[in-house]
Amino acid sequence: MPSPPMVEGSGGLDGSPPVVEALGVTKVYRLDGVEVRALDGVDLVVERGDSVAIMGPSGSGKSTLLGLLGGLDRPTSGTLRFDGRDVTGLSEDELAAVRNRVVGFVFQSFQLLPRTAAVANAGLPLVYRGLGRSERRRLATDALTAVGLAHRLQHRPSQLSGGEQQRVAIARALVTEPAMLLADEPTGNLDSRSGEEVLELLARLHDERGVAVVVVTHDPGVAARFRRKVTLHDGRLSSETEPAR
Amino acid sequence: MRFAEAVRVAWEALRANKLRSGLTMLGVVIGVASVVLLVSIGSGARDEVTSGVESLGSNILFVAPGNLSFGSAPAVSRLGLEDVRRVGDAIGDPRRVAATVASGEVARVGTRRATVNVQGTTDTVPLVFDRTVARGAFFTAADVETRRRVAVLGADPADSLFPGRDPVGKSVTVGGVRFRVVGVMSRVGTAFGVARDAELFVPVTAAQRLFGVSRVDGIAVKAPTTDQIDEEQAIIREVVTRAHPEQEYQVLTQQDILGVVGRILGILTLVLASIAGISLVVGGVGVMNIMLVSVSERTREIGLRKAVGARTRDVLRQFLLEAVALTISGGVAGILLGIGAALLVGRFSPIPAAITGWSVALAFGVSVAVGVFFGVWPARKAARMQPIMALRYE
Repeated sequence: MPSPPMVEGSGGLDGSPPVVEALGVTKVYRLDGVEVRALDGVDLVVERGDSVAIMGPSGSGKSTLLGLLGGLDRPTSGTLRFDGRDVTGLSEDELAAVRNRVVGFVFQSFQLLPRTAAVANAGLPLVYRGLGRSERRRLATDALTAVGLAHRLQHRPSQLSGGEQQRVAIARALVTEPAMLLADEPTGNLDSRSGEEVLELLARLHDERGVAVVVVTHDPGVAARFRRKVTLHDGRLSSETEPAR
Repeated sequence: MRFAEAVRVAWEALRANKLRSGLTMLGVVIGVASVVLLVSIGSGARDEVTSGVESLGSNILFVAPGNLSFGSAPAVSRLGLEDVRRVGDAIGDPRRVAATVASGEVARVGTRRATVNVQGTTDTVPLVFDRTVARGAFFTAADVETRRRVAVLGADPADSLFPGRDPVGKSVTVGGVRFRVVGVMSRVGTAFGVARDAELFVPVTAAQRLFGVSRVDGIAVKAPTTDQIDEEQAIIREVVTRAHPEQEYQVLTQQDILGVVGRILGILTLVLASIAGISLVVGGVGVMNIMLVSVSERTREIGLRKAVGARTRDVLRQFLLEAVALTISGGVAGILLGIGAALLVGRFSPIPAAITGWSVALAFGVSVAVGVFFGVWPARKAARMQPIMALRYE
């Protein structure tokens, strides 16, 4: 394997490949006949147990990069690997399996299914692993317990506060025991106190479980809590601050 | 994703929008119900014709002019009593041959009047058509020979012309001619929509004079056994064709008649069911419409499911099952409604209705097919969504 640039060697010590490697990835959209170069030769490697904040002004390509790192999208050019496997060699179904196995998503707007109990929301990814109801329930209960919502199993999203809803979403991201949590402005829809709780929860999960956490944010205060910070400008990674040891 | 889980998700999605699901189902309910009802009516009509033809007796061959098929014009018979004799000689037993010339007339007794179907026949009718006489006796070969003005009343005119009295020995006037009643037929009911109890039998010779004709409308032959039907059919055809080379005649078995009538009713049933099927298509379009709305409303849900690992076929199956669950629910309700309507029609109207297993099975199958057909496009639309775009959908 070629030595990727900007590798920060906190993971991979056991020889396992990084969770995700983006090498010279470019993403070009065509909107109304106009080409938009959302990403232009970006290199980013997320090691096992990594902690990364992606910053940048709106329109800089943050969300596009997050979509690629989460396997929701494919690059126009460049190399994107999950667990050492190139996405160009993966079928749509295999990519769906990668999302299920490798990535846990946390969204700004929670993206919980309405009219659905917390325990069913948290267990949703397990549906696509073919697990039965009781098994899903058991694992989802564990995940909700880990985020401090053991007392809210049967509550629906409308019966929960914003902070609680985001914690259900984190439980859903956690339930598959992914290598990486990918959070897109996870505190963007929360008051500062709930936001603080969510950030503490992400930090705790990173420390206790060794799960890599990648967050997209425009808030320097949020970014400061992550070991590495990369900044996007016009589709290019303009800087990476050295991790604070 | 497990199938049972997919079914549960589909069902819950429908329950989440009860009114909308119910209204969408209504289109399918009405379509399926009308298919079941109209096919029941068609089947009921066919059953009635079958029992009507069978009630004429067994192993009967009919000689009639022209070509009995759907759409052919009726022809006037050139058969005469000499043909009846020829057929009787050819098959070796004149008692198994009956002839008829018929006309609708008004029969009068004093001031009482009744519209009757005057049947000028030979004396062999009771044997050939398995008819029995309730009172008195049928007229005899001698009565036919001597053109005697005697009559045998059907059960209906016997009741209406002679209420509370025994008609035997009394007179009845038909077309200005007095006939003496010698017998009353046993009641048999209705066949082909013809009230067979409204008949009035007179000797064929007397009827020919009454109507001013020398023909007979048709000849019927009762074969001794089912096995001899084909053999006698050939003999009779040859005799009639040799005697009347100028006109085409058909010698038909009861099965032949059932076949022709069955085809006509089959076409009729098909046309009715097709018209009902149009409303099923309209119902299907309603399903497609609501599924498109549902897919668009749940774009973010689709994006999320894909993000957490749903494959294209998982999403396809989820929405297809939702559409099929809609049409199956509508189909089952429609089948029950259709059966209920058919039972009511059969009971409270003169229209016959017979519920057939195949029409119910067909209606169920069609409602599944409608769900798949009209559900597949919205489901594909859902399945093909790009997760990253779907998640950002507002």
